Amino acid sequence: MQLDVDIAVRGGWAVVAVRGELDLATGPQLRQEIASLVADGHRQIAVDLTALDFIDSIGLGLLVAAMKRVRSVDGTMFVAADDDRIRRPFELTGLDVALNLVPSVEVGVGTST
Amino acid sequence: MTGEVVLDIPARSDFLSLVRLVVAAAASLEPTFRDDRIDDLRIAVSEATTNAIESHADLSADDRIVIRCNLGEDRIEVEIRDQGPGFDPSALAPPPDPEAPDRLEIERGLGIPLMRVLTDDAEIRSSEDGTAVRLVVYHTPRAERPDRIA
Repeated sequence: MQLDVDIAVRGGWAVVAVRGELDLATGPQLRQEIASLVADGHRQIAVDLTALDFIDSIGLGLLVAAMKRVRSVDGTMFVAADDDRIRRPFELTGLDVALNLVPSVEVGVGTST
Repeated sequence: MTGEVVLDIPARSDFLSLVRLVVAAAASLEPTFRDDRIDDLRIAVSEATTNAIESHADLSADDRIVIRCNLGEDRIEVEIRDQGPGFDPSALAPPPDPEAPDRLEIERGLGIPLMRVLTDDAEIRSSEDGTAVRLVVYHTPRAERPDRIA
């Protein structure tokens, strides 16, 4: 299974739209994409998982690392997901709060500063 | 439907997706198995198989991992068996506190807690010859689905 990552800049936010399955095989690709955005000077990162099919603890872990990286440069990041299958691992681990989980990119952009 | 499905895969991460697909499809053979329970099973199996693959990181790429699905009258049992060096399940650190100020310092350590909370039973037997993880999910949950790992 491939991971498709599309990046678009909208209103000052780098929106990282992820499709496919996020796990041990595909996680390094997303990790690298977010690291590159931060290295390129982006300070507002939206990770859009609304079209993702699967995530496990490897995916959660790389998002924790991404949030740490963004915060280290005084940046802001949120994660958008509306499907219960994707939201459940975040909620079970309590990472819905630490990773600023919101139902959509629009909600995240509206509530993040 | 009852029966057994066995997958024998190389210890490589690009086989994870196939494992999830086969286990979920096997579970779906039972029409009374709820979709949300199958979703929980997919994550739990992914966690156990990820650990099995990672335990082979320093071994030969030809090493195999065996995933055995037993379809029972009222449950599915999935055993994930590797040939890695093993570990002491009782020595695992507790899951990180999600509200701790240093939460973002901890990237790993959620796989086994998730595996345990998403299944009705999760048993880990490990020795220097390898690890076997047995996951059990009943078609009808034995308890309310939990909403937190700790």
